[in-house]
Amino acid sequence: MILPKHLVSFLLVRVGIVVALSALWQSMAWLIASPDFPSLYSVIKSVQFHFNEGDMVNNILITLRRVLLSFIIAMLLGGIIGIMMGVNSLFNKLTDSLLIIMLNIPALVTILLCYIWFGLVEAAAIAAVAINKIPTVVVMIREGTRTVDKDLLAVAKIYKLSATKTFFSVFLPQLYPFIIAAARSGLSLIWKIVLVVELLGRSDGVGFALNTLFQFFDIAGILAYTFAFVMIILLIEILFFKPFDKLVARGACGD
Amino acid sequence: MIELNVAINNKYYPNSQQAVLAQLDFTVKPGEFVAIIGPSGCGKSTLLNMISGLEDCSGQHISYNERASQKYGANDSGVNNQSHQLGYIFQQPRLMPWLTVKENIELVLSPSQYHKIDGLLAQVGLDNKGGYFPSQLSGGMQRRVSIARAFAINPQLLLLDEPFNSLDAPTAARLRQLLLDLCIQRGTTVVFVTHDLSEAIYLADRIIFMSHSPSTIVHQAIVDLPKPRKESGVAELKWQAQLLVKYPHLLAGRID
Repeated sequence: MILPKHLVSFLLVRVGIVVALSALWQSMAWLIASPDFPSLYSVIKSVQFHFNEGDMVNNILITLRRVLLSFIIAMLLGGIIGIMMGVNSLFNKLTDSLLIIMLNIPALVTILLCYIWFGLVEAAAIAAVAINKIPTVVVMIREGTRTVDKDLLAVAKIYKLSATKTFFSVFLPQLYPFIIAAARSGLSLIWKIVLVVELLGRSDGVGFALNTLFQFFDIAGILAYTFAFVMIILLIEILFFKPFDKLVARGACGD
Repeated sequence: MIELNVAINNKYYPNSQQAVLAQLDFTVKPGEFVAIIGPSGCGKSTLLNMISGLEDCSGQHISYNERASQKYGANDSGVNNQSHQLGYIFQQPRLMPWLTVKENIELVLSPSQYHKIDGLLAQVGLDNKGGYFPSQLSGGMQRRVSIARAFAINPQLLLLDEPFNSLDAPTAARLRQLLLDLCIQRGTTVVFVTHDLSEAIYLADRIIFMSHSPSTIVHQAIVDLPKPRKESGVAELKWQAQLLVKYPHLLAGRID
């Protein structure tokens, strides 16, 4: 079977980069020959060990659940507030200073305050992550709302489209590129913060596992968890973000 | 069929001391095709936006009467009366780039009216282009989609704001003919803004000439040439020449 040319070059580039990085890692590990720098082989063996005999699957599922919940809350609330700020200049004026403060409060402070005020509970962990992410979603969606083409909204008004139709068929599609940018950056930020939240105040999840591995100075274990989690994030990218990319590109030149 | 009554007295832009429209009083009779000509910046588009309700009309009088003289218009935005009676074809086609040609027309219709779309696309010569996105069409084809979208709702009043600008001459001529055919077929009342006198003579029953801003009506001319007319035909050119000999500065918004 002959593969199309663009697929061959795509595979060559993607697989080539992964193979080259793996080879570099393995040879560096051989050269350095230190327990602080485990080889790729020992990391893969560690993945296998934690996967089969440890709590890796359970911890990853727990972390993913937290990531998903915080992500949905942050995107929904951030999206709604961002649209309101972009559309209503008075609301924007009233909330702009608060937004700047929220953007600049360190993630660690929010996490600690949430744990102190609400206790070491699941809701506090998820709230802490969502509060950290909401301001960046607000900023992106607000900027997107400001770029919405008023000429197209005028078409909706002239042809008396219902508010729902105007929102979903005319307004929202113009925000898709901003929503996907917020979602992509959101996911990467959220899973990093979730690990800190777990490290500080939960007794399960990838963050908790990494803390335990750190206490045993199990570097291969730490890298194994990172490796497994990155793979899952890549899978999410392929399964969820790529199809959304296609939706965003709908009707663009050359489609 | 619908009649349009416009009485505008000193329309200001928000935060401006200078009126853009000073005094405009005119009526467009049911089924009449009225062209409005005026110099750049005289407020032609503002006038159309006021008629359509896109621009604030508080304190002004814009109303519609149906032929049976049933009145629904009001003094405010003017279009919040019967459903789907107003079509607007803008300078740019203003199609949703993420929707196909067919979806763009579906957008302004209810699902029970979707069956009309194929016939309408055939009428504007786009019968095999329903699945295309606007970016895959030429400028002329995009205008045709915007014409089809406007006629999809079977408008009683159609507003057009220099819709054939920036098109090559043969395409613009074809679209003018298409517009005329559809308007005659459906008895649509039309207000057509243009800066092209020969286009106005070809299309309109009456031409209203506007002055510089703050605008007033400086002249109204009934185009008493038989239909169908010709683009740059002898009679049409003669009519134009006679008008401009009588009022040499008419297109600049003056009759001195």
